[in-house]
Amino acid sequence: MKETVGTRGLILNEPFLWERGRRGRSGYSLPRRDVEPVPLPKDLAGEGPDFPDLSEVEVVRHYTRLSTWNYGVDSGMYPLGSCTMKYNPKTNERQASLPGFAGAHPLVPSELCQGALQLIYELEHYLAHVAGLEAATVQPSAGAQGELTGMLIFSAYHRDRGKPRTKILIPDTAHGTNPASAALCGFKAVPVETGPDGVLLPAAVEALMDDDTAGIMVTNPNTLGLFETHIQAIAAIVHAKDGLVYADGANMNAVMGVVDFGRAGVDVLHINLHKTFSTPHGGGGPGSGPVCVGKRLEPFLPAPRVVKTGEGYMLSEDFPQSIGKLHAFYGNFGIMVRAYSYILSMGPKLKDVSQHAVLNANYIKELLKDVYHLPFDVPCMHECVFTDKFLEKHKVTTLDVAKRLIDYGFHPPTIYFPLVVHGAIMIEPTESESKETIDQFVATMRAIAREAQEDPALLQQAPHKPKVRRMDETAAARKPCLRG
Amino acid sequence: MRYLSHTPEDLAAMLQVVGVKDLEELFRTIPEDCRRTAPLDLPEMTEWELNDHMARLADRMVSWADYKTFAGAGSYHHYIPEVTRYLLSRSEFVTAYTPYQPEISQGTLQGIFEYQTLVCRLLGMDVANASLYDGAMAVAEALLMAIRIGRRKKTVAVSTLVNPYYRKVVETYLAPTEFKVVWLPYRPDGTTDLSGLGAIEDLAGVAVQSPNFFGGIEDLAAAGKTIHDRDAIFITCFSEPLAYGILKAPGALDADIVCGEGQSLGIPQSFGGPGLGVFAAKQQYVRNLPGRLVGQTVDADGKRGFVLTLSTREQHIRREKATSNICSNQSLCAMAAGMYMAALGGTGFRELAQLNHDKAEYLKSALQAAGLEIPFASATFNEFVVKFPAGFDQKWQALLQRKILAGIPMVCYYPELADHYLLCVTETRSKDDMDALVKEVLA
Repeated sequence: MKETVGTRGLILNEPFLWERGRRGRSGYSLPRRDVEPVPLPKDLAGEGPDFPDLSEVEVVRHYTRLSTWNYGVDSGMYPLGSCTMKYNPKTNERQASLPGFAGAHPLVPSELCQGALQLIYELEHYLAHVAGLEAATVQPSAGAQGELTGMLIFSAYHRDRGKPRTKILIPDTAHGTNPASAALCGFKAVPVETGPDGVLLPAAVEALMDDDTAGIMVTNPNTLGLFETHIQAIAAIVHAKDGLVYADGANMNAVMGVVDFGRAGVDVLHINLHKTFSTPHGGGGPGSGPVCVGKRLEPFLPAPRVVKTGEGYMLSEDFPQSIGKLHAFYGNFGIMVRAYSYILSMGPKLKDVSQHAVLNANYIKELLKDVYHLPFDVPCMHECVFTDKFLEKHKVTTLDVAKRLIDYGFHPPTIYFPLVVHGAIMIEPTESESKETIDQFVATMRAIAREAQEDPALLQQAPHKPKVRRMDETAAARKPCLRG
Repeated sequence: MRYLSHTPEDLAAMLQVVGVKDLEELFRTIPEDCRRTAPLDLPEMTEWELNDHMARLADRMVSWADYKTFAGAGSYHHYIPEVTRYLLSRSEFVTAYTPYQPEISQGTLQGIFEYQTLVCRLLGMDVANASLYDGAMAVAEALLMAIRIGRRKKTVAVSTLVNPYYRKVVETYLAPTEFKVVWLPYRPDGTTDLSGLGAIEDLAGVAVQSPNFFGGIEDLAAAGKTIHDRDAIFITCFSEPLAYGILKAPGALDADIVCGEGQSLGIPQSFGGPGLGVFAAKQQYVRNLPGRLVGQTVDADGKRGFVLTLSTREQHIRREKATSNICSNQSLCAMAAGMYMAALGGTGFRELAQLNHDKAEYLKSALQAAGLEIPFASATFNEFVVKFPAGFDQKWQALLQRKILAGIPMVCYYPELADHYLLCVTETRSKDDMDALVKEVLA
């Protein structure tokens, strides 16, 4: 390759905060003191925290340098499968920082927070509409809490019918959060094996579904990037035994404007605003994991809920069957503002988003399948999963490919997930990337496959260009150093 | 649409490579009966229209920008230094994912490692995680952790002076489990009554909040002794971490787990979220912690660096046996808290805490001098309960019309506390604001 994005920039070193500064410096302007000091009772008073004292300039340099050691969507293509690293529109940040929103106390009377209540109400309506379900809650703070909400609803539903159940079916391709969320509700996870074509087969579900099974959790599209084509038949089997169907909507970006989850037989679906609805990941959060449900499960949604009355919007606790509260207040409101802004900016073009996301993934699949092993050569949704099988003979692994991509200026794909595919390389380009960027990514992946053949050590020791090289993760876990 | 870049020519070329005639054909594996029967019915706005629409919604909100608020109760108006806001908008921090690839995530990783360190120093604890969702969920997770540590013990006790919303979330988390919560009453001085602990069988852990929901500072030293005598895990929580600028750190008082809400540390109130679930514990419990941890290590050249570590506790490895189901956390809010603590420094943090305390004391004295009752005698930090004359709710409404939010009515949380209000004073309220409030209350 003649020219790549990856280069060795000017990377500045930076010590810990507490290796900088001098006692007595400050980066903060205290307001003028207009009252007399009153000492605390002696037995309660402490020394105060041992924080370093830094000037404002030192704080700015510190965090600016740290930021340059990070790679974000704004830096370049971030094809991290299952994470939907799409572009985070800047106008969303502006809207979330409007003083009326950012400066709002959560406990003012309803008539003094109509703007926020209207936004929550409309957002829930829009999300339910996109999902094809009837009602939604935006209270869960992240996808995993959305899953927990779903499982709490399952649990409450069966208890309400006087027949609590103890098991839940979870396909072997599921994210780890699925079994962990189910376990919090006391459900025992029963794994369902994926069929030979990478999708669940009704027979596998039929064999496991019984009167003690609360239902099934299905990620759809699944983590192999495939649409669960038998979802309706599977839902019918589960419903026949009075079970419920939960869809993990982590991969919703593939099917907006196309799939109607209600028609597909889904009872509960969670959505990640920080994936499908463009809110930034913030280096790991905050996210937001709204949950959509069909009409019969609406009474179980978390309270309080925003309801519309003749006079406007109000918070209501009047839901006796509600599973209760998941957040001290109403959830990650600042994230909701961003997602709401995104939906209004896109409108019906959310369907174009899914079309382009799916096109990009299939395009990459076609252009790489001769050099990387494709375990399921079928039309994919928004992501495609390769493996390192063709590279084994050069003693090059998925990890090596991922690390080498860093040198070329790309964020690596998701690796070694889903667990059912050995050495998985899961690529989700999203709709945000231009054809030129994708072509460059493809060329880079092909160049890396060639390098694997010609100079495997180059890959085994990659990355070569970032601030640090491969980290000793074993040492980190064996002798944990978790604070300075 | 400005977020999509494919031109018709790009689309045609790519469709040809994929071997389909149009975009619809990409979805051919989706059965007809799973599809939408009607197109999406959503409004669509230009950036200009969106700005107008959002400005109209934001205008229909009470914010500190134009109201004098004396409301806390778990959401605090503190001044956020511009340096924090500005640095936090660095898109390398904002638009990165969870640092699964440490070589290109060292900024987030060192930032979170520093956050963990500053949290430990603030609370006097050995280890802190990389964050949970909010204070409420942190308390629920702390109780679940105490149950894990206590193995067969199935009961936890929680003070009724823990923020009522946190208690509701605890109820939600424990509802489908076999574990039981006992609620501990409060004493006439506005602190927790632990005298009933002796009667509780198989007690795994006890949670006490300080400053508590009445603003009162609990005697954590005595509480710790009582709780440890019962061989239970001592959990302290908080909604106002700034208090630890001048209070004894809970770690110094032998707390096993310290957790709570970190919104005060440089995070906008934002109608209640996103906030920051702060979570810290003694070293001996590190493998029981929920959530992510950043650890220090070295790279192939022996150079200092950071990674996510001890992940065998977590859901992506341990699945249903994980210590928690948490995946995404509140990373960017933890970065904000780190930046805020760094900007204030130890000296600034202590001064700011003292100023909050002193201002609240000023208002408390002024209200007392005006003949109002301060019903609970315990020392407080920047919040306290006032008993107003019967029928004050009408005056409270009238004050709202004059753009003064005179605290939070307590009767919705404690039916026995009619006419009691929880008032909060931070550094953002001036002496003039407080004098005006006293004058209005008396008028």
